[in-house]
Amino acid sequence: MSIQVIEETAFNLLKLAATILPPDVKEALRRAYETETSEMGKAQLEAILENVRVAEEKQLPICQDTGVISFYVRIGSDFPIRKGIYEALVRATRRATKEVPLRPNAVDPIQERNTGDNTGRHIPYVHWEIFDGDYMELIAFPKGVGSENMCKLAMLSPAHRLKGLKKFVIDTILEAGGKPCPPVIVGVAFGGGLDIAAELAKRTLLRPLDRPNPVPELAKLEEELLKAINETGIGPMGLGGRWTALRVHVDYACRHPGGYPVAVAIQCWAARRAAARINADGSVEYLTHKVG
Amino acid sequence: MDVAVYKLRTPISEEDVRRLQLGDVIYISGIMVTARDSAHRRAMEILRAGGSLPVDLRGGVLYHCGPVVKKVGEEWRVVAAGPTTSIRMEPFEAEFIKLTGVRVIVGKGGMGADTTRACKEYGAVYTVFTGGCGALAANAIKHVQRVEWLDLGVPEALWVFEVEEFGPLVVTIDAHGNNFHERISAEAERRKTQVYEMLGLK
Ligand code: SF4
Repeated sequence: MSIQVIEETAFNLLKLAATILPPDVKEALRRAYETETSEMGKAQLEAILENVRVAEEKQLPICQDTGVISFYVRIGSDFPIRKGIYEALVRATRRATKEVPLRPNAVDPIQERNTGDNTGRHIPYVHWEIFDGDYMELIAFPKGVGSENMCKLAMLSPAHRLKGLKKFVIDTILEAGGKPCPPVIVGVAFGGGLDIAAELAKRTLLRPLDRPNPVPELAKLEEELLKAINETGIGPMGLGGRWTALRVHVDYACRHPGGYPVAVAIQCWAARRAAARINADGSVEYLTHKVG
Repeated sequence: MDVAVYKLRTPISEEDVRRLQLGDVIYISGIMVTARDSAHRRAMEILRAGGSLPVDLRGGVLYHCGPVVKKVGEEWRVVAAGPTTSIRMEPFEAEFIKLTGVRVIVGKGGMGADTTRACKEYGAVYTVFTGGCGALAANAIKHVQRVEWLDLGVPEALWVFEVEEFGPLVVTIDAHGNNFHERISAEAERRKTQVYEMLGLK
């Protein structure tokens, strides 16, 4: 097995993510379409579903904002390759930018110059994790700026606890309105610290929409927040309707007694992600998409 | 709300846009021209100085879009071309409508009071195309007629597209001073109390 397998897999994941939505997201959009009561909202969902179909059929990017690219990498302690993985991911990103193609979305803010190939300082960003095992798991997660710009983080007062959190989530959604291309998926995380809350909120967006939260208290909170968010009536594309959010995912970390950080990560309907498992013998299993 | 569906071909007459109401759905055939922030800025400089744009927009359709394109031989192909957030163009749009005679603006997210006023005064509408639907848009663009101001960069250039039944576009600012986006935000603000109550907040 060679590093080439990792590069090839990363390229395939970037292409799959850009052009085909994972089945759980498609299913959630379909269900929203079927149950949307506002005529305008329904028309938006219909256009979205048609767009998803056309993109898949013609192998076109689902949305022209193909996002900023990050990878989540889990490496088994006994996985045979550990050298040169980051460089392989960078090469895969450059190739995908040219061949899919993806929109170049990496601007160096010192020179205010677009690097042209979606790579540059800290981009693509890689979240590393090591676990006991002999395989490697790779997730490509491109995210557009429309919904990213509506994400929020606050260091709330511990005096208000969950009430403070709920208010912050609702206020964030109301302020975002139709801008993040609803129906959205909302990732909420609390506790830890600045970086931990943000990291966990983003990471919950990777959870398939049909997988319930294993923590009962969080599952309940997710349902409660989803109901409340959809009561705002913002609706698909902010044109009114019952589907402002498809799902809410919540995670948490223990907090300092004196702090209560809360992060709200907003993901647009174009919830693109693709995952694969690379085995020690070099064989690859795609986890989110049917391949071949 | 009673939704009417119209198929319009460019050039579009004032009468055609004056009869459109909030929530109506339109499909455009003919020519659409893209412009984002930088193109608006340059267009205003030229028009204010009494010059003319490389593309005549009278009766035309302006699209807030930065497309993903690919050059195949001598020909440009559109890979994805969904709408960009329109509110960034708000500082320019009223004067842009006045000076160009554009009839239909296509974008996403809505626009403000100045644009609404200009739509009423000069006879134009603002419509939204479903955000993120880049593939659907690319599918309706049959041909890239030409591109101007490519020095601004691919997303910011003026792309002249030949389109066939581009849509669905929902009219959210009509030519009579009505703005649907303002209504929705007011409604959401009104519902806020109710939502707070659901969550046990005062
Ligand atoms: S918010 Fe999402 S769907 Fe909307 S334009 Fe951006 S990437 Fe596309």
